[in-house]
Amino acid sequence: MTETIVADYLGMTLQVDALDNENLAYFKHCARHEFHLQKCDDCGLIRYPVGTACAWCGSGNFTWTPVEGKGEVHSYTEVVHAIQPAFKPHVPYLLLVVDLDTQKGAPTEHEALRVLGNLATPDGILAPPEMVARVGIGSRVRMVFTDIADGLAMPQWTIDEEAEQPGQVWRYPDD
Amino acid sequence: MARIDQLDPELGASLREKYAIVGVGETEYVRGSGVTTRAMATRAVRNAMADAGLAPGEVDGMMSYSAMDSTLSTFVSADLGIRLNFYMDVLGGGSSTEAMVGIAMGVIEAGMCETVVIFRSMNGHSQTRVGGTGARAVAPVVGEFLHQRSYGWQSPGQLFAPSFMRHMYDYGTRPEQVAMVKVAHSHHASNNPKALYNNRVTVDDVLGSRMICKPLHLLDCCVETDNATAIIVTSAARAKDCRQIPALIRGVVGRVSKPRADLHYEAGPISTVAGHYAAPRLWRNAGVGPDDIDVTGSYDAFTFTTMLQLEDYGFCKKGEGGDYVSDGTTFLGGRRPNNTSGGHLCEGYTHGVAMVVENVRQLRHEADDSCPIGPDGKRQHTYDHSEGGCRQVKDVEVSANLGWATPGTGSAMVMRRGA
Repeated sequence: MTETIVADYLGMTLQVDALDNENLAYFKHCARHEFHLQKCDDCGLIRYPVGTACAWCGSGNFTWTPVEGKGEVHSYTEVVHAIQPAFKPHVPYLLLVVDLDTQKGAPTEHEALRVLGNLATPDGILAPPEMVARVGIGSRVRMVFTDIADGLAMPQWTIDEEAEQPGQVWRYPDD
Repeated sequence: MARIDQLDPELGASLREKYAIVGVGETEYVRGSGVTTRAMATRAVRNAMADAGLAPGEVDGMMSYSAMDSTLSTFVSADLGIRLNFYMDVLGGGSSTEAMVGIAMGVIEAGMCETVVIFRSMNGHSQTRVGGTGARAVAPVVGEFLHQRSYGWQSPGQLFAPSFMRHMYDYGTRPEQVAMVKVAHSHHASNNPKALYNNRVTVDDVLGSRMICKPLHLLDCCVETDNATAIIVTSAARAKDCRQIPALIRGVVGRVSKPRADLHYEAGPISTVAGHYAAPRLWRNAGVGPDDIDVTGSYDAFTFTTMLQLEDYGFCKKGEGGDYVSDGTTFLGGRRPNNTSGGHLCEGYTHGVAMVVENVRQLRHEADDSCPIGPDGKRQHTYDHSEGGCRQVKDVEVSANLGWATPGTGSAMVMRRGA
């Protein structure tokens, strides 16, 4: 039986309970720097975030499926005043809502697998200000991982330097 | 079976104006109440009962909501000598008020009790900070929250901001337009002696205040205060025996959600909020539309929440919320004032109850401003809305309250002035 994972990250205690089978499996893949999501065995749709059944058909049957960690920033916020104490040295930091290329616009036009994460360096460290200033709605990003503990890493986003970036990304008007 | 999203126009009318809000009460809006949530709740409920002219034996239902930061109906009823035929304390924040009014109507209709008081008591500044600092910021991150709080994504402002930013991207909404929500509410608060902040501010004040998380400046965010608020719901028949002109409930919707309540960003457009789904049911139940509404109370946890809801409930076209909140319509003296008390941005933060309290007083034509009280005990409203003056909306007959929990969940209610 798997044991509860308890780890420290930026002054917070992160805990994956021994009973939380879905999150244990999700973060175990992340710890191997692999991004897997649950794909419904019945309707074939992939879901995010982790859940115990399909968000569209309710089926409890699913298979962990590798998903490409590439996408486009759908929206974001830039946090200047951190709430959690350990984030204060890292401001400004970005919280990104990223449309994965996989399953974008399905099953209906405005749906997408929108995966959250911070903007980070390729090593998974919160991005420095000069990197933060380059990213906005429309930016192409790729997934990287922040290692935290055995069986626990967090997916993050970094600028996809190999992708074609839009001529201009949308940022809050004072930038 | 009929589809759930195909509303039967005949349904929803059966309870229209059959129930009313007959009493409202609150404590002072302060930072540092110096008392427990139980003590504040007891005061607010007592004030609401006195307002309605109800004795302890005439209230037999009680409901409350909290974020596990408050007292319970069992203690408040005991402190007031009330024996309950029904009570329920639930988890929840903004958008609970209107939902609970609907539940109160239902339990009275079912014969479970006769008169229900609803309260929310919170030391939102001195104990459990609404903005998420303090104890909540350092609590262990478990389960679903591993996908959110681990990223420094925790406070309401942080959680809602991607919707606000995307609205600016989708529709060209400008910061100086949205700042006008705060400007309007500050004007209203300047005519509200109860308000924590009663100084008038300008667009430059808002945009010049420090950035919290884009697009929210400090003055785009509500205040944190300690307070308790209460409202009393009973049948229109019983309302005739109460002290005040009743605020008749024409229609209510509660905690209507966008798809994917677990993470509403999965189902776009993310610049559309729950009001889009709630509006047809609200207006069907109320038997009126946005054009019939004289005054609104659109939840202002942030300037943007007010704008997004007014837009998605149909007070303007989708995408034109920036124009609507900046063209004078929502100011006292305008076509349809919003949050005439100053709301959560200025008066104090109550998780939504105070906006219902304010509209009940507006419908009675008894806004508690600084206008003189006449020999009949009634306030002699001047309708001069300049600073420090009157905040009563002239001849108001119908109001709407638009409650907000998140971009993904909302509640709403329409009330009409009774006789």
